[in-house]
This record gives sequence, structure tokens and C-alpha cells, in this order.
Amino acid sequence: MSLLLHSRTLLPGLVLTLVFTGAALISLVWVPYDITVLDIASRMKPPSWVHPFGTDQFGRDILSMIMEGARTSIAVALVAVGIGMVIGVPFGLAAAVRKGGLMDEVIMRGNDLVFAFPSLLIAVMITAVFGASALNAIIAIGIFNIPVFARLTRGAALSLWSRDYILAARVAGKGQARISLEHILPNVANLLIVQGTIQFSLGILAEAGLSYVGLGAQPPIASWGRMLADSQTMISLAPHLALFPGLAILLTVLGLNLLGDGLRDALDPKLRRARV
Amino acid sequence: MSLRKIGLGVISALALTASMGLAHAKGDIIVAMQLEPPNLDPTSNAAGAIDSVLYSNVFEGLTRFGPDGSVNPGLAESWEISEDGKTYTFKLHEGVKFHDGTDMTAEDVKFSLDRARGDDSQNAQKALFAGIDGVEAVDPLTVKVTLKEPNGSFLFNMAWGDAVIVAPETIGDIASKPVGTGAFKFTNWVQGDRIDLEKNTDYWGEPAKLDKVTFKFISDPTAAFAAVMAEDVNAFVGFPAPENLPQFEADPRFQVLVGSTEGETILSTNNKLPPLDNIKVREAIAHAIDRQAIIDGAMFGYGTPIGTHFAPHNPDYVDLTSLSQYDPELSKKLLAEAGYPDGFTTTLKLPPPSYARRGGEIIASQLRAVGIETEITNLEWAQWLEQVFKGKDFGLTIVSHTEPMDIGIYARPDYYFQYDNPEFQKLIADLTVENDPEKRSALLKDAQETISNDYVNGYLFQLAFPTVADAKIKGLWKNQPTQATDLTAVYWED
Repeated sequence: MSLLLHSRTLLPGLVLTLVFTGAALISLVWVPYDITVLDIASRMKPPSWVHPFGTDQFGRDILSMIMEGARTSIAVALVAVGIGMVIGVPFGLAAAVRKGGLMDEVIMRGNDLVFAFPSLLIAVMITAVFGASALNAIIAIGIFNIPVFARLTRGAALSLWSRDYILAARVAGKGQARISLEHILPNVANLLIVQGTIQFSLGILAEAGLSYVGLGAQPPIASWGRMLADSQTMISLAPHLALFPGLAILLTVLGLNLLGDGLRDALDPKLRRARV
Repeated sequence: MSLRKIGLGVISALALTASMGLAHAKGDIIVAMQLEPPNLDPTSNAAGAIDSVLYSNVFEGLTRFGPDGSVNPGLAESWEISEDGKTYTFKLHEGVKFHDGTDMTAEDVKFSLDRARGDDSQNAQKALFAGIDGVEAVDPLTVKVTLKEPNGSFLFNMAWGDAVIVAPETIGDIASKPVGTGAFKFTNWVQGDRIDLEKNTDYWGEPAKLDKVTFKFISDPTAAFAAVMAEDVNAFVGFPAPENLPQFEADPRFQVLVGSTEGETILSTNNKLPPLDNIKVREAIAHAIDRQAIIDGAMFGYGTPIGTHFAPHNPDYVDLTSLSQYDPELSKKLLAEAGYPDGFTTTLKLPPPSYARRGGEIIASQLRAVGIETEITNLEWAQWLEQVFKGKDFGLTIVSHTEPMDIGIYARPDYYFQYDNPEFQKLIADLTVENDPEKRSALLKDAQETISNDYVNGYLFQLAFPTVADAKIKGLWKNQPTQATDLTAVYWED
């Protein structure tokens, strides 16, 4: 609790994140209106008590769309970050075992290769080749999370391998894999959590970007990026069509970034000591 | 310091707009459209964008379409038709010159028609010329065309952009440097941006009132809106975002013309793919569709409901919308009769235009209401042509057929929606050789009813053609009887 109070960013970040995660979770069981049913007669209605965020160009309730869109965004970003971690972290751990070794070189040069491409461009390529869908968006975004986590893990792990307690573990007869898992991984976990939060927000942005150009989730699945794209030509007629999905993206990404910053402050032992 | 920089920037921007405003002489016009032509040869490419730029402006045929779709004399000032209806003798205008200075003679007409109907012809509408038996240049100003059978629509066929007269000397470069006989000469093409035309001072007919024409290509609807609002373009033909039209109408700077087109927008159905090969299923789909909701939702009210593949402004049009009125209960009943009480799943592949993308979401929702699930895939035009039009790999798609009088495509069993009905094919064969206007009309009505009763496709609406232009521009075509942006009569009002 004192953590929350000490960090100026942690609390607002956490609140924003919880709001959108909550909206996504609620949409699993309940949304105000069924968004697969169009009601052309009541299209582009401004916000009112019946439709708090108004209705879109097909008469769908925008609040319901935002809630289901949150689910799409969060699901895509979460799985993509998951892919990045599950593949990237073992790579990083393996590379750090012997700096400059063959394994290290192969893994890190592979990383450089992926890093060398602008991520959104490759994501566009992947979805263009394999077809536009939420699944392909996940894969495309996930691939670019691999080197991020691999590098981070390797960097942090390298500095740990020279510590005395690692030496002690080796003397005790533990193998490299076991040391990596039992001693290195727990000590880099906080870094991974912070980075994961940041990558999560980037994933949401990437999903919105892909959907905006029509390469993300396809209709009738709701998606914030596509909502923005669809409302583009109507912005002077019905600004609320673009306002709410835009705000949703902004606030979610802001919330996750604040949360990431706050977590870093809270988990970093050096900063913690300075504060005390 | 940074403030001063901003100030300077504002001043130079103002100066720039001011100078642009001054340079804007009344003899120039910038006309924007959505699609850029892939090349500039209307006689060997199907792309309608070529005609949108060049028809009547640069290239002319023996006959030409007027703004109302009527067939008027073009390069031929008059013609005689023999008693048996098989021989057409065209009298050509005197003193017609191509833009390279050479004379347009009967030999050029013979060359153009023979090239279009030849075995190695690349013409996209070869059927227009298929009935020609021989072309003879009687003298420099007289051409005699002999037909295999009498053809009631021969003069109509000769007005198509695919039937324009070209010169043998310049045919080699036609795709990049078109040389025609029209009131405007081609000057420059900056690919991806614009095509420039200038006034042909040696024009044989009524000279153009504009000195310089620039066609600009803006595919993105948002950019199109911005370009018109900022007056970067003087006119936008085929404005892509119908939702913005009321705003232009309310603005005294602009005029909005909403014309009719030959574009029958249909829910194209793969007639060979089960379960869509079952007529009951297609009938069920037809009754599941609420046309007005699609017109309102996708086109913001611009569009006329149709019940068959025929343009409502045509005198032979029959209103058959009652055959497929919106009735979801009947639709469910028909599905049950067809053996699909719980519906089925099929694909819905959508090309880029907003009528398709938005219409697709609405139709998907309407079909879902009767139990038919659709998997929506958004395709770019190239993919759509490859997968749907050529590959016939689709269940449903939405597309607007913009060619004039194209009901004949239903007589082609290998056409992408694969409707194969020998009776209908006979009907069209009869129509082709029929010269009597009353019998033609009866056959056309028969044809409309046949495809409507067979529920070949879902017939949605006739595409509207919105043009947004500066309020001072006069003489623009309102309707699109063929794909064309005829600027020969356009001028700026003082």
C-alpha cells in the first residue's frame, strides 16, 4: 500500500488499466447492446442516456463497441506479449550463459535481424501475405516482442552470471540450465514485468494501427482501430464516432505506460532505497 | 526565436496561397477522381478510369453518348442503314485532324474497327464488334460497315469508349501518349498524381471552352474531402464519401450533382457453389435483404432500389423489387424448405469501395438475422479480380456493374457468378439480332424478369454518381450514361 502512495504514477496507471481490463472482462458476459445487430434508423446519434457514447454509422451502440474493442485489443496485445516472453526470455537466458559463445552470437544476430525491420511494416507484410485477421495480427506483433525480451533478459542476466552466489551455485554442482531457471530468472523477473507492461501498451497501439489500415480483426469483431478508420470521413458530421475510440486508445496506452513507470520505480531496489 | 520562425512560416504560407489564388485563371480546371487509369489506351484495357479521363475529351468514336445517354453523331456526321439492316454507311465529318496533325479518314476508321475485332485484339469489349462482317473505306469520307446479322444496338455499340477511332501511325505509343481527334490534346501524365490535357485549337467541332485541364487522382475518401474543402481541386467526379455531401450542399462555395449511373450494385452470388446453387436458398437471401437500410446505411440515402440487373432510368426498366421484398420470416421459411432450417455459413468478399465495405457489414447483419453466417474478407481490387472475378472462389460479394446495358453478362455461363440458363441465353441471342424497337423492349423486359425470378444475384440498388464542384463551374455531366468526364462543354461562369 505504501508503494502505491509513494509512486505518483502507479495509482492512476493502475486505475486506468483496471477500468479497461474490467470493461473487457464485463463484455465477455454482458454488453449494453448486441453489436452484431445494426439499427440503421438510429445511426450517428450523439451521446444520450440511452446510448452514453452515442451510436455509430450503422446505429450500433458505441459504448458496447468500445467494451468489445477493449477485449480485442487486450487479447491481441496480451497474447502477443506472451509470445514475446515465452520465446524471448529463454533465448536471452541461453545467450547469457556464455558471453560471445556460438549460442550467444546466433541468438543475438537473429535478434538484430528482426530488429532491423520496421515492426509495423513487417506486420503489414505478414497480414498481407497470410490474410488479415486477429490471429495474424497477434503473430505479427508477437514476433517483434521476441527480440525485446531476449535482449533485456540477456543484458540483465550477463551481469548476474559474475556474481558470487552464482559461483557458489556452480560449485554446488548445479547445471547452467538450472542456474538460469533458479537464480537468474527470478532476479530479472521485475525487469520483465516492467518491460511487459510497456510492450503491452505498444501492442495495443500496434493492434489499433493494423486494424486502422484494415489488417487487424475483421468485422463484425469490434476493434478500436477500425472504429477510428470508419469514422474518419464522418468526423465533421459526428465527432463522437472518432472521439470515443480515440480516447479509449489514448487512455489505455497512457494507463499502461504510467503503470509501467510506477512498477519500475516500485521494483527497482536502488530507487526504493533512495526514497527511504 | 521559435515564435518568430512560426510567424515567418505563417506569412510565407499566406503568401503562397495568395499567389496560388491569383494564378488561378478561369481557363483552367482541376478535376479530381478516385481511380487512376492503369494506361491510356481505351481500346485494349477494361479499366473504366481510362474512359473517365479520355472519353470524348481526347478520343472520339463514330457516334458518342450524350449526357442523357442518347446516341449522337460523333466523327460520323450522318449514316444510312440499308433495308435489311445489315449495312451501315457512315458519312464522316470533313476536316477532322488527329492531334499529331494528320487527317482522320475512312482508312483510320477501317483500321480502328478491324483492330478491335481482329483475332489478336486486346479490346475489353470484343463482343461490341463481333457482329461486323467487313469494313470498307469507300472514299476518304465514307465508310461502309457490313454486319453478319442485323444488330439493333450497333450505333449504341459504336459510341462506347472501347470503339473510339485511333490512327495507325500513333498506335504504338497509345498507352502512354494517346493521340485522338477530341477537343483536348493529351500533354502530360505524372503517374500516381495527375494527367494534363490542353485545348485542341484545330478541333473540327465546337471548340472547348477551357484551355487547360488537369485530372488529379485521390483515392482516399478523407483526402478527397480535404482537397475539395480546401479548394485544391475545382471538381471531384464520383465523390467517394456520400456522408459528406450534405455538408457540401450547405456550403455556397460548392454545387453537388447527384446523378444516375449504369452501376447496378448487386450481391453477387456464386450460382455453382452449394448451397447457393439452390434457387430456394438464393430466394431466401433476397428476402433477407432490406435494401433501404443498405442505401441509408452505406450510401447515406443516395441510391435507387432495383429488383433486377437494369438501370431504373432506362425506358425498358421493369420494377421487380416486389419479387424480393424484405421479409425475414419468409426467408427463414424458404431456408427450411431448402433443407437449411438452421442456416449455413458462406464467404462474403468485399472490394474497397464504401458501398461494398459498409454494405457488406449491413448485409452480414441482415443475413445473420435469418441464420446465414458470413465470413467477411476485405480485398483490394487486384485481389478481388484474382480471387473472385477470375478464380470464382467466393460465396457472396458486393460489386457495382457500371457498364451500360450489361444484362448480357447473364448469358455467359463462365462469367464469375456462373449463371447458366439456356433459355436466358436464347433470349439474349434473339435480342442481339432484333431490330424492331417494340420487340426489343419486350425481350429486354423478359430478360429482366427471368434473372429476377431465378434470384441469380441479390439486387440492391442503382449506384448514385455524386459530383462536387465549384459553384461557378457549368456544363458538367450530372449522370454517368457511360464512364466519362466530358469536359468539352464545361466553362467557368463569371
